[in-house]
Amino acid sequence: MVDPITVNTNAGETLLRFRDDVVHDEPAVTLDAFLGQTNATAVRLEAGDDARELLDHLGQIALVEISFPTFRDGRGYSAARILREAGFEGELRAAGDVLVDQIPHMRRCGFDSFAPEKPIDGPTLTKLLALYPQPYQKAADARVPVWKLRHG
Amino acid sequence: MYVYDEYDQSIVDARVEEFRDQVNRRLSGAMTEDQFKPLRLMNGLYLQLHAYMLRVAVPYGTLDSRQMRMLGHIARKYDRGYGHFTTRQNIQYNWIKLADAPDILAELATVQMHAIQTSGNCIRNISSDQFAGAAADEVADPRPWAELLRQWSTFHPEFTYLPRKFKIAVIAADEDRAAMRLHDIGIQLLERDGVLGAKIFVGGGMGRTPMIAHEVKDFITADHLMSYLEACLRVYNRYGRRDNIYKARIKILLHEIGVDAYREQVEAEFAAIRDLGIDPPLAELERITAMFGGPDFATDAPDTVDRSDPDFAVWLDQNVAAHKQPGHAIVTISLKPIGGIPGDASADQIDLMADLAARYGHDELRVTHAQNIVLPHVRKADLHSIWTALRDAGLAEANLDLISDIIACPGLDYCSLANARSIPLAQKIGERFAGRQRELGELKLKISGCINACGHHHAGHIGILGVDKKGTENYQLLLGGSGAEDVSLGKITGPGFDEDGVVDAIERVTDRYVELREGGERFLDTYRRVGMQPFKEAIYG
Repeated sequence: MVDPITVNTNAGETLLRFRDDVVHDEPAVTLDAFLGQTNATAVRLEAGDDARELLDHLGQIALVEISFPTFRDGRGYSAARILREAGFEGELRAAGDVLVDQIPHMRRCGFDSFAPEKPIDGPTLTKLLALYPQPYQKAADARVPVWKLRHG
Repeated sequence: MYVYDEYDQSIVDARVEEFRDQVNRRLSGAMTEDQFKPLRLMNGLYLQLHAYMLRVAVPYGTLDSRQMRMLGHIARKYDRGYGHFTTRQNIQYNWIKLADAPDILAELATVQMHAIQTSGNCIRNISSDQFAGAAADEVADPRPWAELLRQWSTFHPEFTYLPRKFKIAVIAADEDRAAMRLHDIGIQLLERDGVLGAKIFVGGGMGRTPMIAHEVKDFITADHLMSYLEACLRVYNRYGRRDNIYKARIKILLHEIGVDAYREQVEAEFAAIRDLGIDPPLAELERITAMFGGPDFATDAPDTVDRSDPDFAVWLDQNVAAHKQPGHAIVTISLKPIGGIPGDASADQIDLMADLAARYGHDELRVTHAQNIVLPHVRKADLHSIWTALRDAGLAEANLDLISDIIACPGLDYCSLANARSIPLAQKIGERFAGRQRELGELKLKISGCINACGHHHAGHIGILGVDKKGTENYQLLLGGSGAEDVSLGKITGPGFDEDGVVDAIERVTDRYVELREGGERFLDTYRRVGMQPFKEAIYG
């Protein structure tokens, strides 16, 4: 999906989603709370939480929300890739200080949903997402790296 | 040399467009300075004391004459007619207008250059040996590996908001001309059972807490280099400290958890990702390597040089190094004229160096981490003509690796972080020792104007650190550092000095060295043999 769908949730959040399934309606719980029970399906990871603790439970999780307390805190990028590399196919949401210039990188790391604190300018985002014709490296998205284009 | 294909060019062109848009959003007020700062930094644009400073990348320090001329053109058109070559083999311009920055990047893109990731908390310009491809002691040319790393690290989606900046160096010889073990990651290429691979060192760096990198991986082959480095970076990105900017470099993480624990975590991460298809095929390294095949050297070039001109002979002995090809030589052009600003070159000098490379040097130039310029492939028969042209342009200072070949940061004359001036001190030292520097032999002197250590003072045989002492500039003296294969960190001598006092102290140190040295000992060798005490006595009485 190239352009996001904007969704207003019951909780009053505006989501930018790059998936067309129905928004998961169960509020996310903390990692500790998730690990302490058996039937939660939505988890929120704080920036310092270890995403690998979820790997044994990915089958039951529909939504992982990863917090960005400030846009400078890049831990969430690694958390997202770890989850995607392990095969997680549910919604992966970046929440907090998410800015328009960060979203293209976040998309590459596997995020397909965004809950920014401040509104994102749609035309700017569309332009940025289409800016780079191809990436240099393989990541968690489907984009084909330059070396693959060169060598097949 | 590496030549962009359509993919490389389209990425650099896209970057120009992206940055132009970001500058426009900043100028229109759509973005705050706080939001703009990390974006402009990722493009090498700093706000200094007087103006914006733009740092242009020179990947692994390699340029051709057309690129060098572009650097002169930018100095002339957008700056005050000069540029400053840096310790990361880059060039920076100190008087840039924000509104001009996108145009400068657009001009650079026409010669396959950019300013991508020359600052910011991301993977910085990959540095390498300035004698790569010309040195007799290398197992391979390290630059194809450095180019592979350049591409991998460019806009890496996971590692653009690291805890702190991240510097990588690649060398392929036992002699370390790139201060490899003072990098966040240092890579040494070596051959084992006929296969080229890399030894990986992690956790070196200077700054306020200098550390020497630890060996973390004994040998990794090219087919898994990227996935291994991703593992190294991912552990850092997840667990490096973010609570304190001064403790955020990877060296602190290794120091706090220990090299063995770090290695274990990296190996676990590597096991998880090594088969995910992150690594480019070996054909990509081969494609790049083919472009670094090097020029076709004349096989019948005369190997003797006429030394009858005494001034030329002095320069020849000091600034010219052996080349792997008989009849050829490596020239280092000193950007450290006595009384000048270390690393600065005027637009005219930049053009002249470009002309010499085109005419005599197979069209190649290098920038060194010691802020000089190298012509890596010249015929010995042309050395006298080259020297004559350099002399006429004020570029023939015969001081490579001598006490006046000083690395100095911009200091309080330009930098908003500095506590003290570096440039005037470098000038005074050069003037004081100009007459006897050859007698003192190899003596690497490095000056930083604050504890961030941009002037590499920890790695100086003699290091100087400028500090602020109750509102006046004060200089601390360090002895015994080295950034080479015999890497070590300098130790402080004792109480600091004012500007003239520190020059006097250096003179007392060098006088004592001359009394104590045995045989052909360098200052550093004597210091290591006799220790600090005799020098302390000489300085403080």
